[in-house]
Amino acid sequence: MSARHIKHRSSGLWLAAMIHRLSGLALAIFLPFHFLVLGLAIHGGAGLDGFLRWTDQPLVKLAEGGLVFLLSVHLLGGLRVLVIENFPWHDGQKQLATVAAAISVVVAVIFLARVF
Amino acid sequence: MESSELSVSLWRGAREGRYETYRVPRHESQTVLDVVTFVQRHIDPTLSYRFACRVGVCGSCAMTINGRPRWTCRTHVAKVAGSGHLEIGPLENMPVIKDLATDMAEFFEKWQRAKGVFSPSQTRQDPIAQIRPDSPARIAADAAIECINCGVCYAGCDTVRWNADYLGPAALTRAWTLLNDERDDGDVARLQAISESGGCHSCHSHQSCQELCPQALNPTGAIAGLKRRSAAAYLKGEIS
Amino acid sequence: MNVRLYIWQRATATLMAPLVLGHIAVIFYATRQGLTAADILARTQGSVLWASYYGIFVAAVSIHAAIGVRNILSEWSPLPDHGAGLFALLFGAALALLGFYAVAAVVLV
Repeated sequence: MSARHIKHRSSGLWLAAMIHRLSGLALAIFLPFHFLVLGLAIHGGAGLDGFLRWTDQPLVKLAEGGLVFLLSVHLLGGLRVLVIENFPWHDGQKQLATVAAAISVVVAVIFLARVF
Repeated sequence: MESSELSVSLWRGAREGRYETYRVPRHESQTVLDVVTFVQRHIDPTLSYRFACRVGVCGSCAMTINGRPRWTCRTHVAKVAGSGHLEIGPLENMPVIKDLATDMAEFFEKWQRAKGVFSPSQTRQDPIAQIRPDSPARIAADAAIECINCGVCYAGCDTVRWNADYLGPAALTRAWTLLNDERDDGDVARLQAISESGGCHSCHSHQSCQELCPQALNPTGAIAGLKRRSAAAYLKGEIS
Repeated sequence: MNVRLYIWQRATATLMAPLVLGHIAVIFYATRQGLTAADILARTQGSVLWASYYGIFVAAVSIHAAIGVRNILSEWSPLPDHGAGLFALLFGAALALLGFYAVAAVVLV
């Protein structure tokens, strides 16, 4: 017996929680690479510069925009959890969750506009 | 103009099984429980299902209707059978005994494990406790107390699905009401119980329980309260 | 242990909220025109401020990510709880090591 088309999972708040978890996982996988790249600077800037030149490609910039989105959405999702757990309950959270996602998209788009 | 017949698929079997489709007459003001009852009485007497009061006070008749756990006695067919078809299965996250009836033993066992049981601080020889209904603790307890153990929140909880130890929204909500009950003195043991593996800290605030509860209770909020109380107790050294 | 992990997870999250906002601001400022290693190192080398800010950030994220990964593993993978805990511990340690190395790489002259 499997869980077939569980309808309440399309609730905005359930999605917010799922995006929070998945963005965290993606960032956790990304971080070691981020640290390794920065570590290239240990012998002076040349190694890091070589890598930075590689990141000038459009696909990489798109990926960077994606990372900025993931970071923003994970931050805002985390704030949602902290608010639920520490402040009095407020209805209207669904709207807040949607606004949070929208803000993250805006932040990522602004980033992309500036690096392209 | 609504058609005069409804096509309804019911889960037949236990863990293994299949959906079987029946055609039932469609009426105005018909509940999903009416439909299931019709099948059992007029089409297939071997269908197993559970109900009692038929009016939304006992919590016995909950099933999964078109993917969502609901009370069948309080769900109008008109509300859920938009396409003229209904799919009804047993509640999720519980072993299926037969067809639409699930084994709720673990649901109630977790209730005990969460110490969702009143622990008296006085005896019948003592004067009656004076509880102010407008005290913050009583307001918090009252907001969470109307649970009739229907299992809808437990069936809809992904964390229950992912974590076999997780006590679940209903058991934790009851623990929360008792923590706020001034007459109860089992706070320390209860806070320890809901801080074990599978306790309140496993909740990820998906809020499906709050979304689904037919009594409009808010287990996510209650569990948030438990998290605050257990963290404070831990920092004070009252629990480990 | 669950309460302890919960408190550490929420505490590091609260600590990192302003650090992340600062980091996003840094990203935007740094990428205002093409980014080079010289740009970065000119600002970070020898800076106690950069070392402290990102040193704290690395410590916090190592703890926070490890606990998060532990939750995901114990709920979504077949690993038992102690296996998930061990993996998470190793992951957190690796993050901390790589992170402090990265901070040293940009701060040390």
